[in-house]
Amino acid sequence: MSSYAISHERAHAFYDHFERKGELPHQTHYCPGCGHGIVHKLLASAIDGLGVRDRTVLVSPVGCSVFAYYYFDTGNVQAAHGRAPAVATGIKRSRPDSIVVAYQGDGDLAAIGTAEIIHAANRGESMTVIFVNNGIYGMTGGQMAPTTPLGKQSTTSPGGREKWNDGYPVHVCELLNALDAPVYLERVSLGDNKQIMQAAKAIRRALEYQVKGLGFSLVEVLSPCPTIWKLTPVEAQKFVRDEMGALFVPGCVRDRGKEAEARPARAAAPALADVPRLIGLTSGEEAVPAAERDLDLRIKIAGFGGQGVLMLGEVLAEAGLEAGYEVSWLPSYGPEMRSGTSNCHVRIGRHPVDSPLVSRPNVLLALNEPSLRKFLPAVEPGGVAIYNGREVPEGCERDDVRLAAIPVTAIADGIGAGKVANIVMLGALLELCEVVDEERVRGALRRLIHNDRYYELDLAALERGREEGRKLAAEAYGWGV
Amino acid sequence: MDRGMVVTNQEECKGCGLCVEACPPRVLRLSAGLNRYGYHPAEYSGSGCTGCGICYYACPEPGGITVERLVKVA
Ligand SMILES: Cc1ncc(C[n+]2csc(CCOP(=O)(O)OP(=O)(O)O)c2C)c(N)n1
Ligand code: SF4
Ligand code: SF4
Ligand code: SF4
Repeated sequence: MSSYAISHERAHAFYDHFERKGELPHQTHYCPGCGHGIVHKLLASAIDGLGVRDRTVLVSPVGCSVFAYYYFDTGNVQAAHGRAPAVATGIKRSRPDSIVVAYQGDGDLAAIGTAEIIHAANRGESMTVIFVNNGIYGMTGGQMAPTTPLGKQSTTSPGGREKWNDGYPVHVCELLNALDAPVYLERVSLGDNKQIMQAAKAIRRALEYQVKGLGFSLVEVLSPCPTIWKLTPVEAQKFVRDEMGALFVPGCVRDRGKEAEARPARAAAPALADVPRLIGLTSGEEAVPAAERDLDLRIKIAGFGGQGVLMLGEVLAEAGLEAGYEVSWLPSYGPEMRSGTSNCHVRIGRHPVDSPLVSRPNVLLALNEPSLRKFLPAVEPGGVAIYNGREVPEGCERDDVRLAAIPVTAIADGIGAGKVANIVMLGALLELCEVVDEERVRGALRRLIHNDRYYELDLAALERGREEGRKLAAEAYGWGV
Repeated sequence: MDRGMVVTNQEECKGCGLCVEACPPRVLRLSAGLNRYGYHPAEYSGSGCTGCGICYYACPEPGGITVERLVKVA
């Protein structure tokens, strides 16, 4: 007796119903004869064949296949245009047991996502990339892709793609073959039955290598887009075989599946609770205190490179953070970097920082004369400015700003290290204006300065600065207000 | 009895004709009638299927085609 038994049916890796299509729960949204449907089927068969549906995560792109997640009954993430390999990297690294497939079109992979694919391949990420090359942007209505053949018309190459204007079609497999890391690179085509069966094999192999723990695999699939090419499905299939195939010759470009070593499992990421200790935040467990005062400090610190301008800003911001304020620290890399000057912007306040940029400071710490000249005019009336010098230079008067001259470099030299001049200035600031408690500053210094000797020096400098500040405050020295 | 048997899903089919083109013994054809969505769906001419499964892979629709093969049962 004989009877019929099913040999080829809808893959289990597909959902039974496609939620998106209320009316057509079994049809995809692709145009009749679109290669995406065939590639989906080959991929779904490979997932079924390897029995990995439960741990497969499909990263769908932007392009006609953006809705792949409506069809595959696997884990699904939809990535921003071109970013599928970066998203896939994150998924694979955080879930090493998952089988991660980045599905991408040629606009997605070879235009906007060029950087992502090259670097994922170069890192040998253990992922499978299915690269559907239809030589055009389908979803957006037929713009030229990097893979569009020369001479071919598109909405953005109405006269035909022209090499001097548009460059040559990009051969992705060959490009990636210049890298050391990839394990498997093959170009296949959907141009006829034989080619489709070869495509099925390649997709399965690429997935199998990932199951074995090997690194990066990419299968480029030459695929018909009958709608944009304005061909019937059958004509489009022939176009893929004859014209796309002549330009992008199908074949295996690299297969190191036999000799490739399994990519070592990465050490698990540290537990979140351990992170403060790992980055040296000893106070990580303490609750953040509520900000005590209603501060809104907009601090500009400026000097020349090597004076500890950025460091001074960092200490202030850290101290503010520890005291429960909202803070920002913004080193400024303007053209003045070239002449060796350096400045940074610090904000410390009770309210969230709207902009880290300080263009109207209420505190100016000028570690040299050019900085004072440059930024003093911008200081807000009622603000504080401290200048590193014995006296305020001529032409730097401001009646409405509390302006103090303290020779912090000379004082620091007296302590034995000119480098701590910045901390002398910080000490003075603590006396001259309401900032944060010294205890917070010490805490910040302890965190930022790992060398005990420098830490001690900084504490001495802080104290000397406070003395100078107190003297000045008592003398009501050059306060302009 | 033919070695194979093919079933096309009349409602799911988009009438692209790729299976018709792909079938080696050419036993598939597009129906003269239309389905609910206005496509001429593929249909089996009724005999000659070898069960090769090629049409299954050529069809872009997940459930467009099901292929069966003749097996011996006790
Ligand atoms: C950041 C960003 N830039 C541009 C677009 C517009 N856009 C949508 S799809 C697409 C190209 C799709 O072409 P391809 O990757 O070849 O996929 P196909 O549609 O041909 O399958 C573009 C440029 C977008 N969605 N997001
Ligand atoms: S436009 Fe092209 S790539 Fe997009 S669904 Fe239609 S045939 Fe497929
Ligand atoms: S299984 Fe083979 S012989 Fe049968 S209809 Fe499909 S392609 Fe034709
Ligand atoms: S290939 Fe599929 S969708 Fe196209 S005509 Fe045949 S059954 Fe219909």
